[in-house]
Amino acid sequence: MIRLTWRQFRTEAIIGIGAVMVVAVVLAITGPHLISVYRTAPDQLTSTYPTLQTGLGVLLVVVPALTGVFFGAPLIARELETGTYRLAWTQSVTRLRWAVVKLAFVGLASSLLAEVFSLVAAWWANPIDITNATRFDPANFGMLGIVPFGYALFAFALGATTGLLFRKTLPAMATLVGYVGVRYLVTFLVRPHFEAPLHETSALKMANSPTSGVGFNFSRGSSGLSLTAQNPNIPNGWGLSAQIVDKSGHEPTSAFLSRACPQFTGPVQGVGRLAGGSHAQAGTNGNMQTCIESVATKFHLLLTYQPANRYWPFQIYETALFVVLGLALAGLTLWWVRRRFA
Amino acid sequence: MTVAIETADLTKRYGRRAALAECTLSIPTGRIVGLVGPNGAGKTTLLHLAVGLLEPSAGSIEVLGHRPAEGPEQLARVGFVAQNTPIYTGMSVADHLRFGSWTNPNWDEALASGRIELLGLDPKQKTGSLSGGQRAQLALTLAIAKRPELLILDEPVASLDPLARREFLQALMAVVVDHGVSVVLSSHLVADLERVCDYLVVLVASRVAVAGDIDELLATHHRLSARRRDGLRLPSDWGVIEQSDTDRQSTMIVRHEEPILDPAWTVEQLDLEDLVLAYMSRARGDQNAPTPVGVRS
Amino acid sequence: MIEFHLDARSGVSPYQQIVRQVRHALRLGLLHEGDQLPTVKEVVERLAINPNTVLKAYKELEHSGLAAPRPGIGTFVTATLSDSSLAAQGPLRQELLRWLAKARRAGLDEESIEALFQDSFRSSAEEAIA
Repeated sequence: MIRLTWRQFRTEAIIGIGAVMVVAVVLAITGPHLISVYRTAPDQLTSTYPTLQTGLGVLLVVVPALTGVFFGAPLIARELETGTYRLAWTQSVTRLRWAVVKLAFVGLASSLLAEVFSLVAAWWANPIDITNATRFDPANFGMLGIVPFGYALFAFALGATTGLLFRKTLPAMATLVGYVGVRYLVTFLVRPHFEAPLHETSALKMANSPTSGVGFNFSRGSSGLSLTAQNPNIPNGWGLSAQIVDKSGHEPTSAFLSRACPQFTGPVQGVGRLAGGSHAQAGTNGNMQTCIESVATKFHLLLTYQPANRYWPFQIYETALFVVLGLALAGLTLWWVRRRFA
Repeated sequence: MTVAIETADLTKRYGRRAALAECTLSIPTGRIVGLVGPNGAGKTTLLHLAVGLLEPSAGSIEVLGHRPAEGPEQLARVGFVAQNTPIYTGMSVADHLRFGSWTNPNWDEALASGRIELLGLDPKQKTGSLSGGQRAQLALTLAIAKRPELLILDEPVASLDPLARREFLQALMAVVVDHGVSVVLSSHLVADLERVCDYLVVLVASRVAVAGDIDELLATHHRLSARRRDGLRLPSDWGVIEQSDTDRQSTMIVRHEEPILDPAWTVEQLDLEDLVLAYMSRARGDQNAPTPVGVRS
Repeated sequence: MIEFHLDARSGVSPYQQIVRQVRHALRLGLLHEGDQLPTVKEVVERLAINPNTVLKAYKELEHSGLAAPRPGIGTFVTATLSDSSLAAQGPLRQELLRWLAKARRAGLDEESIEALFQDSFRSSAEEAIA
């Protein structure tokens, strides 16, 4: 059965492996230069091979989803569509065994291929990754590490199930929709809660550099004045939120802000950076400084985040989650193959 | 094993429509069985139930004494050629033989490659470019090389030209002589089946119209004709299958175990096609009401 | 070796046609004692008919004492038909020719002669059975 499965997916496998190898060669050629830029002129890093960087970023997002489309969707659907299931299921192999072997072999192989691609890209992008320290960010978390394997396995299983549902290979479209939806939900609703996030309170102070600390936004809108903070930047960690709150957790009201910062009367838009955590520094903007000091009498900064040392545990949790989802879908497919046509 | 396929009230429903309704059959082994009926009568449904591609909605079916597709051993005992001979068009002839050997423990490689050579097929040729007749022969090779006890073929010659049709049936008959398999083949044309079958099952409108040994069926069905007379009575044990009257003559097709010697009637032999057509028109004409015995005036 | 053919429209069952063709060949001297009849496989491969049909025909020939199977080898002719060849049926042949002349003088065409002959032939055969 394994030889037969290989024979049936030989073309797709060759294309997939070939594509990965082509990219690997390109990365192998350009990698050393990137490393030397990192060592000599790290500020030039973002402008080195910009197209390759963007392209790789896109590929890393897309590749796990494509395993669902190219390997998962046709797995059973193609046999149903072309009628060859009437040939395959009347040999001396039970339908169940046939489906198990196909799912396991193609699923594992294609997911490993996606993971290999991600590892190759990770090697190349390492200098950038170290410099930016943003690997835990929602935008980047799913590109590297071991999660691509989990995503690919899930996408594959989803493809196989939708293919069985619609009996045609074209439901690849439905697979992508499902995949994107689940990824989105997990990233924003589940991942933050793998472990209870940490909190850190600190006094409200202006930061002295435009890049350190936490950004804030002081503005007058239709409902009056408001002072809010932006998501913190935690190196290799995940800043979930930064809030300016008082002891009971309330944000400053417009009325309070008018009294605390009377110098800002008319339409106002002040943006700056607050000192976050241990980055307390003296401020630069005198008026803003006074305002912040005045607000700080009642309010403090509350950071919510996942620390950098939780990166690998989270990778493991998320991979496990998607693998379990994938296995559940595979189980559903097997049950269906065994029962529905029987 | 004396019974190849045994069904009891076998029914397959799709929603409210019954593709097969209350079929009760006992098809013996060692025969070449013809399953005939118009398109949509349920032939493919019955055959798919026999090879385990479908499961009954009601009733039961046993093939060679076991539930269809019960396990690898049962699957190995039945060879199947589906309608329009599905094959993997991107794979070569040799690939298909390998497919057969990988998925069938009883695979007879010598038999398979011998047949391919005899047929003059190029092992490297992609099966997508084979002619209809060649595809059918390849499918037959795949089905027989796994050494089954029973061969089931769904309309194997329906889309073949007359020469390919004849060649396929010749090959099938040779296979029966060589390997002693029981065969069930379906067709919507009686002519295809007449030469090769010795047992017949007629399916019309999802039901079994008649089933039995062909020699026996031909011996017990008669065409009777007589001058049209009012008040002409028939014995009640003559099952009238079909009847037609002109102003001068009454003709009917009747089933009766013994020869009919009543001098009032001219008795003629029926050929198989007439017999099948009579049952088909009866089933179409009155699907629910039984045919009344006796002359309608 | 004799080669069989099938007339699908003759109204005669296939196995009877085979039996008749063997008897006919014997009568015409095309088959002799000791000749081998085609194997079941050979017949079936040529004519695409049910093997049981051939077996039935050969069995009937065996029953009539005209052929016998030699296991593992084939079926062989064991006798010729009645010693009188067609040529010896002189008087019968003359009578038949006279009747044919009469029929033609009566105005029957070829088709009607044949129909009349077939019909009488069949009903006399049926009477013989009943």
